[in-house]
Amino acid sequence: MTNSTTRHRMERRGKPRAPITLCVLAGLGAALFVLPLLALLVRAPWRQAWNIVTEPEIRTALRLSMICSLSATAISFIFGVPLAWVQARLDFRGRSILRAVTTLPVVLPPVVGGLALLLAVGRNGIVGRYLFEWFAIRLPFTTVGAVVAETFVSMPFLVLSMEGAFASSDTRLEEAAATLGASRWTVLTKVTLPALRPSLIASGVLCWARALGEFGATITFAGNFPGTTQTVPLSVYQAFETNPPAAIMLSLVLVIISLVILISLRHRLVVRA
Amino acid sequence: MKIQNKIRPITSALLTLLVFSTASPSVAVTKSSKPRPKPTRARVTKSPITSARAPVMTSTPAARSTPAPPPTSAPLRGSLTVFAATSLTASFTDIARAFEVAHPGVKVTMNFAGSSTLATQIQNGAPADVFASADTANMNRLSSARSIEGAPAIFTRNKLMIVVPKGNPLRVKSLADLANAEVFVALGAPGVPVGDYARQILTGAGVTVTPRTLESNVAAIVNKAALREIDAGIVYITDVAVDDYRVDGVAIPDRQNVIAAYPIAVTKASRNKAAATAFAAYTQSSAAQAVLATYKFLPLK
Repeated sequence: MTNSTTRHRMERRGKPRAPITLCVLAGLGAALFVLPLLALLVRAPWRQAWNIVTEPEIRTALRLSMICSLSATAISFIFGVPLAWVQARLDFRGRSILRAVTTLPVVLPPVVGGLALLLAVGRNGIVGRYLFEWFAIRLPFTTVGAVVAETFVSMPFLVLSMEGAFASSDTRLEEAAATLGASRWTVLTKVTLPALRPSLIASGVLCWARALGEFGATITFAGNFPGTTQTVPLSVYQAFETNPPAAIMLSLVLVIISLVILISLRHRLVVRA
Repeated sequence: MKIQNKIRPITSALLTLLVFSTASPSVAVTKSSKPRPKPTRARVTKSPITSARAPVMTSTPAARSTPAPPPTSAPLRGSLTVFAATSLTASFTDIARAFEVAHPGVKVTMNFAGSSTLATQIQNGAPADVFASADTANMNRLSSARSIEGAPAIFTRNKLMIVVPKGNPLRVKSLADLANAEVFVALGAPGVPVGDYARQILTGAGVTVTPRTLESNVAAIVNKAALREIDAGIVYITDVAVDDYRVDGVAIPDRQNVIAAYPIAVTKASRNKAAATAFAAYTQSSAAQAVLATYKFLPLK
């Protein structure tokens, strides 16, 4: 975009002209994100693209990624929405600590999360050893383990955004419903949640996108084996060392899915004044 | 009756920023933290090769075994970055220290990871001066990409072994036991030397194993056995030796085993070829060979 068109647009919208320095810095900042994306597009083996994406191993990874990320999103809804409600609406001691702990995976290196999961629910973990002894449940190196790892990393995104939605939603309607005799459960399911449907969708999709891109916790906790735990990001990591063209194509698949999600969510994620 | 249901801007910006940021691979770029069986610095002697600066990275085995040219007067200096296979972690940390003692002007930095990870990093411009691989396949990958100087030299050899958690809870006794579906097995991923050797061994022994996980370096397999998350894995005998306080090993008979040959080479992109060449040659010196032997590496011949 040339400077003159930018200025033109700015003037048309009646906004002040942006300082040149700001634009240059913004441009450099944007280049950091645009260049790697461009590089993937330039270096992509377009001629073999279809063959690569339809290879059995790649299809297996794509299917597994879909299963795991959708399961993780479903679990996140079941437990994350109640958690968000509790954190937003109830006033109790230790709420800020609970908030910090449930948000931690957003900033924690996923590999640390994977290690912690291994020590907690691994076969020899503090809880996992009893799961194994009493129920013969073994989470590491199973698809369920991959789902657990993805849920651990992605649910905080849903909790964080739903908590915001619960906190900022208008409670007067709920009060009105309550005075008309609705039970607390009816208020929640008939008034609160329907009103927050757009937020629920946005949070769910965001959670799903994060689960789809999960790498560190999965490879640490669930291991890496095609068909059971090797999701697309793990497949990219391994292909980078053995089959770089496939790694690029798979990366592009992930980029495209994520971009579509983010573009469609843009108006939900950024509130305009 | 409009209900405000927009997500708060700060939360949203944070989420948008973080959605891609956290999916980073955990490439092991670590210095050794493993305890070593024995102190090995006592054997640091200045053999003629130790201080050689001349090209010892020759192509033929015959040329390799001849003594190095006489040492030149200019002392080596500067920094040296050595990329070495995970299985060399303990031994190369000692060897690098001994090399620094022999050449006080040189500072050696080590980067340990799976050979295939390192080869990919070097191919993509990682600043390595020396590459020590656990197999010839990954070295050849760099040779054919013209990323290394001259021809690589084999500096040590290794054998493979079954690694099990301490006490061997599932009583794994042989390769055939790994085919049991109750035994959770970890192998190296395709392209990772320890995985390729293991598949070679299993194929040779006629044992069909369905591993539960494919790891990107040998340390990841040993760690998972130490944590008792896997019941068995195939690693080098040297890994079991260095970690024998937390894992046990089950020998693989020689008729089923393979010999892993470790090549070393100077990279084409090295900015300190003199020191890099000297280091590569040093790994074949009697001092370095003695260090490797304490870690149970096999002699060169």
